[in-house]
Amino acid sequence: MLRNQKKLAPPSDDKRWRIVEATMRRHGYDSNALIEVLHTVQESFGYLEEDSLRYVAAALSVPLSRVYSVATFYHFFNLKPQGEHSCVVCMGTACYIKGSGAIVEEIGKEFGIAPGQTTPDNKVSLLSARCLGSCGLAPAAVLDGSVAGKLQPQQVIERIREWTK
Amino acid sequence: MINEELNRIAEHEHEEDQKYEHHICVCMETACIASRSDQVKDALTQAVAESGSRCKVKGVGCMGLCSAGPLVKLEPEGVMYQNVTPEDATEIVQKLGDSPVSRLECNTNTPFFKRQTKIVLENSGNLDPERIEDYIAADGYLALNNVLTTMSSSETIAQISKSGLRGRGGAGFPVGLKWSTVAKSSGNRKFVICNADEGDPGAFMDRSVLEGDPHAVLEGMTIAAYAVGANQGYIYVRAEYPLAVERVKTAIRQSKKLGLLGENICGTTFSFNIDIRLGAGAFVCGEETALIASIEGRAGQPRPRPPYPAEYGLWGCPTLINNVESYANIAPILRKGADWFASIGTEKSKGTKVFALTGQIVNTGLIEVPMGITLREIIFDIGGGIPDGKKFKAVQTGGPGGGCIPEEYLDVAVEYESLVKLGSFMGSGGMIVMDETSDMVEIAKYFMEFCMTESCGKCVPCRVGTAQIHNLLDKVTKREATVDDLVMLERLCDTLRNTSLCGLGQGAPNPVVSTMRYFRHEYEARLQEAHDETAFLSH
Repeated sequence: MLRNQKKLAPPSDDKRWRIVEATMRRHGYDSNALIEVLHTVQESFGYLEEDSLRYVAAALSVPLSRVYSVATFYHFFNLKPQGEHSCVVCMGTACYIKGSGAIVEEIGKEFGIAPGQTTPDNKVSLLSARCLGSCGLAPAAVLDGSVAGKLQPQQVIERIREWTK
Repeated sequence: MINEELNRIAEHEHEEDQKYEHHICVCMETACIASRSDQVKDALTQAVAESGSRCKVKGVGCMGLCSAGPLVKLEPEGVMYQNVTPEDATEIVQKLGDSPVSRLECNTNTPFFKRQTKIVLENSGNLDPERIEDYIAADGYLALNNVLTTMSSSETIAQISKSGLRGRGGAGFPVGLKWSTVAKSSGNRKFVICNADEGDPGAFMDRSVLEGDPHAVLEGMTIAAYAVGANQGYIYVRAEYPLAVERVKTAIRQSKKLGLLGENICGTTFSFNIDIRLGAGAFVCGEETALIASIEGRAGQPRPRPPYPAEYGLWGCPTLINNVESYANIAPILRKGADWFASIGTEKSKGTKVFALTGQIVNTGLIEVPMGITLREIIFDIGGGIPDGKKFKAVQTGGPGGGCIPEEYLDVAVEYESLVKLGSFMGSGGMIVMDETSDMVEIAKYFMEFCMTESCGKCVPCRVGTAQIHNLLDKVTKREATVDDLVMLERLCDTLRNTSLCGLGQGAPNPVVSTMRYFRHEYEARLQEAHDETAFLSH
């Protein structure tokens, strides 16, 4: 336990590491808290950098291989930086049968990105979700964090055009 | 916290309510907020302040008809408004006590509202999920107080067993039996887990319950913990539901403050804590052993059962896992009696079931119906049928592990057993309606693609089988498949179902098997053409 609680220096003096450290402290640097800690890292930095994974592994005394296995197993974690803006198109069943496929297709045609990709200028990331639970508004998408429903492909494209200006 | 204190809070709430002539309830759930209900609420609050009328504006849980949101309800008038915009606020407030604003009115005298029976959703749409006082005023925490002060653990379990409640996560295991197994398991440490990893696409029942009535889930979990002898609980909820997470956090904080959670609950020696664990977007974590692995901070891979979590669960300790809706049923059962609950539903499936009714249907939203109702009543009476004059084709229940049910079986009563007989599954409650334009092979492929991507990769049948089935379905849709491919498809489905480690792999073939059973001609039509083309080319 003593070794676990030894203070490890974060990869940089970025203030956001304090939030991550607070989460680890709250869980007593317990290795069981790995997923919770990765959530905090992603919330603070937007994605999981290799340095972050190494630091979390050392701080929680978890082999780096396990940290990497967890980070890659769960879809929610991103290992690459995301664009400035994000468009998450719901591909749940209700949205699928109401035409969310067409939205993704049109975005692909217009901006040349598929789900999981970011535009070369790093402005927009396109992602797909399994289900947003907003099936009453199908087809739905999350545009920069807020849910929008009953969408036509054109509406989404116009939003993205504004972002890429 | 004792009974008198709960009563005092409830009385105070009722007195406060008396001070207002009108209550305006605005839905504040994810779907309605996406349609700007938060702005509607602000506008209404401002309009009320300007008019000086004795009216209270409050945010409430889901009122059901999500596709017509934002929804606003007036009490005591019982008027409901749909598609309300912030610009309508002044008019709504001006017309209070007068005739309602007719252009916004939503007719509640329809089967959608009249044919439902609400137990789990009894408070949803009526009380403010962010205020524990609202819940207490609606008889909340009475059951917990009563159980802790007057009933033993075995008496509590006996009541739940008597009610006939079965697990609402899909498989329908008797809840009382599960509780008594955990209670009998030896061990100093036991855990209670609430499975809120609602991963089925097209399902949002658990999200709505957590967002609309979080205290009902906390109360159910605390009673369960007392019954099985646990002191620590976890709610495992999807990270994709940020609002639900916030509401639950608020609810936990409030109930701790009132001594309804934490140390010495209700002044007794019983202590119980609840922590939230966030999922991270892995469908397989809905499986109980995978969920446990995830709470332990590992990749969510299931393990063979037995031993079941009831004996060997979280960190090797006896663990009770129930779904959100199962817990939400507990307090009403103990408050109104097991016999009352058992009088609703059918012989083997008691009580009600919440469904998320979506897809190509007029009334999209959240409904709660008694078990035993027919699919036809749900789709054509409550759901209002298929829009745009199109014809019904199939209804999909049970998520990616469920099946598609065609028109000729719509008169079957909704029960755990009857749906399995039809090649589907009750599942957690997603019900997706498809019209004549839906391509059933594409639908089967869609679900297989889902299972293929979500397979955790631990067991071979699921990891390899889902990919192979997906390839075969792809061949069918491209008109490249032969009759032999269909035979292979059926054999693979059989292998997957019988040899996969967990429910994901075992259920994955269901959409394919059920569409091949009821819509075989759609598969064959593509083969036929494939044949013709080869015949033509060989000439």
